[in-house]
Formats: sequence, structure tokens, C-alpha cells
Amino acid sequence: MFNYFLRRFGQSFLVLIAMSCIVFLGVFAIGNPIDLLVNPQADEIERVRATAALGLDRPLYEQYFTFLKGAASGDLGRSFVFGVPALELILSKMPATIELALFAMVIAVAIGIPLGLVAGLRPDSLIGRSIMAFSIVGFSLPTFWVGLVLIMFFAVQLGWLPSNGRGETTLLFGVPVSFLSWDGLSHLLLPALNLALFKLSLLIRLTRAQVREAVLQDYVKFARAKGLSQGRVIGVHILKNIMIPIVTVIGLEFGSVIAFAIVTESIFAWPGTGKLLIDSINQLDRPVIVAYLMVIVALFIAINFIVDLVYSLLDPRVRLGQSSGGGH
Amino acid sequence: MTLAYHRSAKNALLTTICSLALLALPATSSVAQTKTREVSIGLQAAITSMDPHYHNVGPNNSLVRHVFESLVHIDENQKLVPGLATSWKAIDDLTWEFKLRKNVRFHDGSPFTAEDVAFSIKRAPNVPNSPSSFATFTRSIADIKIVDSHTVLVKTTSANVLLPSDLAVVRIISKNVGEKASTEDYNSGKAAIGTGPYKFQEYIPNQRVVLKANFGYWGGEEPWDVVTFKMLTNPAARVAALLSGDVQMIETVPTADIVKLSKDAKYSLVDKISNRVIYVHLNQSTEKSPPFVTAKDGKPLDKNPFRDLRVRKALSMAINRDAIVSRVMEGKAQSAGQLLPEIFFGTSKKLKPQKFDPEGAKKLLAEAGYPNGFAMTIHGPNNRYINDANIAQALAQMYTRIGLDIKVETMPSSVYFTRATKLEFGFMLLGWGTESGEQGSAMRSLLATHDTAKGMGVTNRGRYSNAEFDKVLSAALVTMDEKKREAMIIKAAEMVMGDVGLIPLHYEFSTWATTKGLRYAARTDQYTLAIGLKPTN
Repeated sequence: MFNYFLRRFGQSFLVLIAMSCIVFLGVFAIGNPIDLLVNPQADEIERVRATAALGLDRPLYEQYFTFLKGAASGDLGRSFVFGVPALELILSKMPATIELALFAMVIAVAIGIPLGLVAGLRPDSLIGRSIMAFSIVGFSLPTFWVGLVLIMFFAVQLGWLPSNGRGETTLLFGVPVSFLSWDGLSHLLLPALNLALFKLSLLIRLTRAQVREAVLQDYVKFARAKGLSQGRVIGVHILKNIMIPIVTVIGLEFGSVIAFAIVTESIFAWPGTGKLLIDSINQLDRPVIVAYLMVIVALFIAINFIVDLVYSLLDPRVRLGQSSGGGH
Repeated sequence: MTLAYHRSAKNALLTTICSLALLALPATSSVAQTKTREVSIGLQAAITSMDPHYHNVGPNNSLVRHVFESLVHIDENQKLVPGLATSWKAIDDLTWEFKLRKNVRFHDGSPFTAEDVAFSIKRAPNVPNSPSSFATFTRSIADIKIVDSHTVLVKTTSANVLLPSDLAVVRIISKNVGEKASTEDYNSGKAAIGTGPYKFQEYIPNQRVVLKANFGYWGGEEPWDVVTFKMLTNPAARVAALLSGDVQMIETVPTADIVKLSKDAKYSLVDKISNRVIYVHLNQSTEKSPPFVTAKDGKPLDKNPFRDLRVRKALSMAINRDAIVSRVMEGKAQSAGQLLPEIFFGTSKKLKPQKFDPEGAKKLLAEAGYPNGFAMTIHGPNNRYINDANIAQALAQMYTRIGLDIKVETMPSSVYFTRATKLEFGFMLLGWGTESGEQGSAMRSLLATHDTAKGMGVTNRGRYSNAEFDKVLSAALVTMDEKKREAMIIKAAEMVMGDVGLIPLHYEFSTWATTKGLRYAARTDQYTLAIGLKPTN
């Protein structure tokens, strides 16, 4: 077990180093932030001053090593644009993104798995077909378009929900959350629904496929033959056995929802990290881009680790640390 | 924590019940009168700091104007008007005297005096970590002498006719507060104490800025108690916020939505010509072919065609500016013949937009030795100016018509400007907003011979150079007499435009949309200010 942790940790560390190196080179190759940051009316003296103030006058490898040195002590640099520590800026936006992602995943799981079950148990019924049709629509519509349609319908035409921003927040265990007040919740609903739609469709299709496979298995037939109730067959025998692939997908998708909520966040002006990232890329705010990707990589590593742990709980045959693991 | 939650839930419930009750009442108007007068405004750019001296960019300079004021203010047409100074004059070539307004108080109640002015001007260029400082505006200042509590003398190192307009951008902060404060203290609001009509309430980066009325304001009461600026960088989200009633005004209405909004009776649209000209720089830095310009067979040309006045003139004549204005810009632009519209200082009444004349252009190209034209790539940004990529496409079609082989390549501004500054392009689509509002400073940046040491031609990406024009312009820039200076600037402008130093296309219009019942005093400097937003009745 200890060896397993150590190996995972070592791998994660190498991934972080490689990623920061790639981002440094990548942002450098795009362009010079000074051309965007310094007022075009400024003179040459000012350009030289700003270049030096942001440390851009030194060679790239030197800038990179300064960054590594800082990173070792937890300092990922200061945002060029905002002048505040990049990590602090990202962490201040993180609760909003995580709340949005969690809420979206809850919607996706709470609706997706039951619908998938129904569609899997009654694949040829009208309801089963309608669920599949819905999932195809949810799958194929682009997020930004659905977002705009949701805004046009619920905010502009009906006027039920606000079109943008994050509402009132209350502190829960010291973290600002918005789902505890109606104002906050009303701001959260549309972006969460928009973000959930794709995952929802994915879960429907995945659950349906798994269920259809499982109902044909001998143990299900046997359970039925034993005279177990329908509820017990579905709830215990089918559902539990199809959970492993579903948990994997939920875990990975949760990571990607946090990391790539960018489109939804910019359409709904949701003040999370995705919006921060896209603005930072447009401004070539390298410290923020690097710090953001470091945080996201760390997050993915953590999620994968948790998924592995959940496997071992769900399937007693899986042992952590053994070479082939879960095989996924 | 749970207590707070219960209370806010109860509040929310109460508000809901109250608003339902209000809906049921027929006479709501009398109740509405006593409500706080709130307004929300959707901005297109992120505000990066509440420190007025941290980042010298338009959106920040515009927003902090509510909380902090300057000695000299700028009105809707970029004319200088008294701000915290009631009057100013040049005593000699190197000295300006500012008389300060009396009985002005900061938000913390302390009086505004000459000490605050001297402190602010000293702090402005020296804020740590500033990505774009205010040093450009204070560079000419040698010393500030406090004559009495409400008179200051500003000494300059050389004659600077633009000093009042430079100081219009430098906001005055309180010395007492500012001495101990860092940029973080302004962002948190602790030090955000100015003399302006609004007080700081909240700043959340990339999200919103909330201001509340300063009832003791020397300039009289403002119509709003609370103003919220929301940063809605996505154009569709900005329009949706207006349509759904989340904000009452937005800036920079996307061209595609202008027609729809102007037909809707629930909204009013205002626009105004801006100080931004869209133009083309032709790279004249090379002896032979400039980058991305070749003969039609791909071989390099033996001389740089852009160094030939006939070619430059032909490239200007081939452009149908009216078509760009009416088709690409939906009428929200005006064809340009110089660097600033005629309402600005130092602009010539004689310089009209070049007439569209493709036949004449062909003839000039033939005279210059290119009867069959040549090949070139048009480079431009695709997220910096209004419809920039479409303008580049339109230009390509017009040049194809006079027999040139054209390719178009547009890219994000983060890539484009770095390469353009390195002169990696031949034909560059660019824009320039003249913050000082006078044509002399625009020509100094864009057309004077490139010499960074002297601060001349700093942004002259075409590397156009004309010694005679340089002489007239340099003389104009140090002439203190307004009338004489304007005449000299006009003379320089007529020289350089006659020589097609660059090709002006059009002046952008800034657009704002408000809900009916509100009126915005549209501005040429593209600032979006709650100060100019008033209810119509």
C-alpha cells in the first residue's frame, strides 16, 4: 500500500514538472504579453520598465527556474494583469467552479442513471425510445448554443431565472456557496443544467448499455428464478454490478467538468476559474495559466486516485497496488 | 453560520412576499419612489484593479473615475473641463499653475489640498508590479511646488503643451491614506477613498464592482444610490443580460444585434464617433520586397513597392470605404481621411476620405511599374477591433478587383501584435485610439520617423519616414500658443496624408444600449460612466 502511494506520488510529480515546462514554452511561443498589457500610447522607457517589472527581460530558462524555485515553496508567481498571487486568484474562484461542477454532476447522476435504467430495462417501449432520442439530442447539441437557448427561454422570454452571474452566497464551513439561498440557487440552475446536459446524456447511454448487458447474465436470470422481487434484482444485482464503469466515467467527467466549464462559464458570466482562464489566455497572463493548469493536473491526479479507491470498495477482487489493478 | 443562512433565507422569503404584495397593489409607483435607486451596467472588459495608478488601460481608467477624480476632467467630446482644479495656465514654457477647487472633501471626510495633488503625481508612476504604469503622463514633470493649500506649480523638464491632458488621466488620491496603502488595499476597499461622486463598496476580480452614492459630493447629487458594474466579456452574454433585465445598460453592442435592438421599443441605442481610427500600415522598412509581398509568380520584388507614393495612393483609392461602413459595420462607423474625426483638435477640414476609384488605382499601379499587380497577404487581428476580420476580407476583395493576388490571414491579438511590432508583416490592419484627443500626439506615435530614444514614431510599424514632416510636427509639439500650434499640426497632417504615410479606413463608433427610460451621454473616449447615465423623466 505504501509503495503504491509512493509510486503514484512520484508519477504525479513528474507530470506536474513536464506540464509546467510545456506551458511555459507554449505561452512564450504565442507572443509577448507586453504588447497587450502596456498602453499603446506609452513610450519605449515605459515598455522597458514594464518588461523588467514582470521579469520578462530575463532569458526564458531563467524565468522558468525562478518559477520552479517559487513553486517549491508554494508560490506560483504573481498575475501579470491583477498583480496578486496567481494561486490565490485561482483559489478564490475555485469554490464557484466546484459548486457549479458538483451541482451539474448531481443533476446528471440523479436524472441520468434512473433514465438509463428505464431505457435499459424497456429498450423497445415508447418511453425507452424517447429517453434515447433525448440523449442523442443532449449529446449532439453544442454547449454554447444550448446555453444561449436556455437564456433566451428561461431568462429573456419567461423571466423566471437570471441570465448571468453568481447570486448571493452564504458561508458553509468557511466556503462561500450559493445553493443555500433562493437567489443563489436561481443563478446556479441554468448554468448547471447547461453543463449537466452532455454528462446526463452520456450517463443515460452508458447505464442503458450496461443494464442491457447485465439482464442477460445468468446471475440475473437466476435471481429472477429464485423469485426475488424486481426491485431487489435491479437495485442489488444489476445496479451494483454495473457501477464500476459508471463510477470511472463519473470521476473522469467530474474532472473535465471542473477543468473545461469554460464555455458555460463565459456564456453565463459565472465567476469561476474557467472564465479566469480564458481571460488570462487572451491577455497572455502566464503565471495564471501555469498555476491554473498545475491545479487542474493535481485535481485530476486526486480524482483518479479516489476512483481507484472506490473501485476497491465496489469490487472486492480489485486490490490497490497490484500490477494490473482494475484494468481500466 | 446556520444562523446567517436562516436569516438570509428568511430575508429572501420576505422579499418574495413583499414583491408579490407590490405586484398586487395598483399604486406601485409611490412605493417605488422610496426604493433605493439601483442600476446595473454590463462592461465588455475586465477591471483589473481598483488602484487608480496600477494599470493604465481604458477600462480601469474609466471605472476608477467614479471614485477618484483628476485635476482636469474630460467631457463627452474630449474637451478639457475643470475637475479638482478650477483653472490652469502656463506661466512660462516650463511652468504650469493649477488653482485647486475649495471645499472638496474625500470620502473619509478629510479636506482635499495641494498636498494630495503632489503626493498623487509622485505615486502614479511608481506603483510596484504595474503592467502599464502612468509614467508616460508624468515623465515631463520635473517638480511640483506647493504655493499655498490650493495652488500648485508644476515644473516640466521641457515644454509640454499636453500637460493638462496628461494630468486628466492621473487620479488624485488622499495623501494620508495613500502613504500607507498598497494596491491590495485599494482592491479591498480599505484605501479606495477619493473625492468622486461614488464610493467604493465591493470589487471582485472578473466579476463585478459595486459603488454607492457619495451624498456630500461637491458636484451635486447623482441619480443613483447603488451602481453595479458587471464584467460580461462574452458579447452574447452581455446582450442576454440586457434582454433579461439583469442589467440596464451595456457597452459595445455587437454589430449583429444592433439592428434587432434598435427596432425593439423596450430599448434605446446611442452611438458616438470615437477617437479610434482603423488604418493600414504599409511596411516600408525594407529596400526590397517587404514580408509577404512578392511578384505574382512568388519571386521577390527588386524594390519595396510601398516606398512608392503611387502604389500607396493606389492602395488607398482601391478601397470602397463607404461599402465597408454600410455593409461590414452596419453604418456604425465613418469613413476616415485622417487620424481623428473633425470634431477633434488639430484636424484639417480639407482632409476628406479618399474617393473610391479602382480604375485610377489600376492606372497608378501601371505607372509605378506594376501593370499586372503583385501578390501580398493582408494581416490583421480577429478579436481586437470591431469586425476586424471581416474588414480584412472586404479589403481583399477590393484589391483583387484592381488585379492584385491577395491572401488574408487574421489571428488573435495575443499573437498578432507581437509579430506586427517585430515587422513580420507587409500589409497590417491596425487601429489607434487617441486618448489625448489631439492629432499631434497621434501623428507623433504613428507617423514620425521611428526613434524610440526621442519617443518619436514609437508605434510606427510602417516605418514611414519624411524629414520635412518630422520638422513641422516636432516644432508644433513644443509650441505653447494654442492657435499657432493647431495651425502647425494641421499643416503637418495635410503633408503626411497627402503623402499617404498610412491608409486611414474609418473611425469606429462606440455603441451603448439602455432600457427605455434611461439616457446615456455617449462619449468619444469610449468610457462607460454611471455619471453620464440619467433617467429621462
